[in-house]
Amino acid sequence: MRRYIVRRLAQALLVVFGVSLVVFFVIRLSGDPTFLLLSADATEADRARFAHEQGFDRPIHVQYAAFVGRALRGDLGRSLRYRQPVLPLVLERLPATLELALAALVVSLAVAIPAGVVSAVRRNTAYDNLTMLGALFGQSMPVFWLGIMMILIFSVRFELLPTSGRGGLAHLVLPALTLGLYSTARVTRLVRAGMLDVIGQDYIRTAWAKGLPDRRVIFKHALRNTLIPVVTIVGLEMGTLLGGAVITETIFAWPGLGRLAVTAIFQRDYPLVQAVVLVTAMVFAITNLLVDLLYGWLDPRIRYT
Amino acid sequence: MPTRAGAIGLAIVVLDLVVALFAPALAPHDPLDQDVTRRLLPPAWLAGGGRGHLLGTDQLGRDILSRIIHGSRVSLVIGFLSVGVSLPVGVALGLFAGYWSGRFDDVTMRIADVQLAFPFILLAITIAGVLGPSPRNVVLILAVGGWVVYARLARSQVLSLREKEFIEAARSLGGGTGRILLRHVLPNVVSPIIVVATFAVAQMILLESSLSFLGLGVQPPTPSWGAMLNDGRAYITVAWWLTTFPGVAIMLTVLGINFVGDWLRDLLDPRLQSV
Repeated sequence: MRRYIVRRLAQALLVVFGVSLVVFFVIRLSGDPTFLLLSADATEADRARFAHEQGFDRPIHVQYAAFVGRALRGDLGRSLRYRQPVLPLVLERLPATLELALAALVVSLAVAIPAGVVSAVRRNTAYDNLTMLGALFGQSMPVFWLGIMMILIFSVRFELLPTSGRGGLAHLVLPALTLGLYSTARVTRLVRAGMLDVIGQDYIRTAWAKGLPDRRVIFKHALRNTLIPVVTIVGLEMGTLLGGAVITETIFAWPGLGRLAVTAIFQRDYPLVQAVVLVTAMVFAITNLLVDLLYGWLDPRIRYT
Repeated sequence: MPTRAGAIGLAIVVLDLVVALFAPALAPHDPLDQDVTRRLLPPAWLAGGGRGHLLGTDQLGRDILSRIIHGSRVSLVIGFLSVGVSLPVGVALGLFAGYWSGRFDDVTMRIADVQLAFPFILLAITIAGVLGPSPRNVVLILAVGGWVVYARLARSQVLSLREKEFIEAARSLGGGTGRILLRHVLPNVVSPIIVVATFAVAQMILLESSLSFLGLGVQPPTPSWGAMLNDGRAYITVAWWLTTFPGVAIMLTVLGINFVGDWLRDLLDPRLQSV
């Protein structure tokens, strides 16, 4: 068990390391980094001094080593726009994104699991066909368009919910629904497929044959076994949700990591972009590790080796 | 015969292709033609709707229908092109990785793992921000994001075929690696790859529209569905048609391609579950 956790942590580190490598080199190899990292009105002398300070005049592998060294001490550089260390800026925005992603996850599971179960149990009925068609629509809709349509209907037309910002529950509803729809559609299809698989198994037939009530067979015998693969997907969905948050936050002016990243890119605040990307990679790696451990807890047959 | 959904999907895709191909002939107006006296006209069937502007006009008085018709070119070209670039690269990497195993395999698959373990859109906007937005860069970025699926698929096929007798036979007859992979392994990978690639086109169209929506993809004044949505956002309270119709265009296109993908999957490779 402990060896497994250590190995998974090593893998997570590898991911964060890989992402840092990509971001670092993309920013530096795209030309003179002083143009990316300094404001446009910097003079030639400013650039030279900054290049020397940041070590841009040294070989790139030395630069990367220095960057990693500082990063390990929690120093990811200073924001060009806010003129302060980037890490606290990013961490300050993290709760908002986590709140949004978790709300979306809860919404999508709460809708998808019952919808998928009923679809599988009533397979090939009108309900099933309609649900599957809805799921296909859900997977084909661009997140940003859905968000705009939500605003159009619920905020502009009926004036029920606020269009933007973070606050109480009312502010969370539209962004969470928007962000969660794609995952809802995907998980519904997955639960249905998993449920159909399980229903075909011998032990379910036995349970029916024993004359157990439908409810008991479906929820106790079938659903429990269906949920195991669903848990794995939840880990991956977190990635989809964190990615989707970039767009959802932009539409609803939600003060999270995604919006920070987008504004930072337009302000050419690359130290900040770099930090957002790295922190997101870390959050995602940790989520996946937790999901993996949860998986083993739910299904004792799984051995960590 | 396609299923009903497959047929609908096919019809949508064909319609899209025809519209994109003959855009200048089909569009009632020049998509770039501005006319401030006719700005923000509602769709023709509504009160005050602009004559000759079926879906209304935008904030610069440009015809929305014409812009959607021309926008189909951007979506389809970028969607197909990015798959066209990432597919051969991914398949080749996967075939060699599976066939050679060893270090090349390790490195390729680790890179794939890292990439899958990260929300791609964040990397995409970073790269787009650094490289600067242009259609070429969008294709490049999407291709970078897309190769992993093909590589994994091709690799898994090679691994299962590598020890089969017919490959053994080809090898003992003196067939080189390239020949074996191309003539004996590749044909066995084609159908699952076609299925995956179909869904990928839909995915790429969605990603392109997201990038353009964020202002990091295709730039104005070139009509692109994502960019039109971005433009229309500022007028959401006064002109719903600016944001509604381009989104419908994206959704129908993606839905159509997904329908075709579902149908192809059932037809070519029933074992492939939802990908």
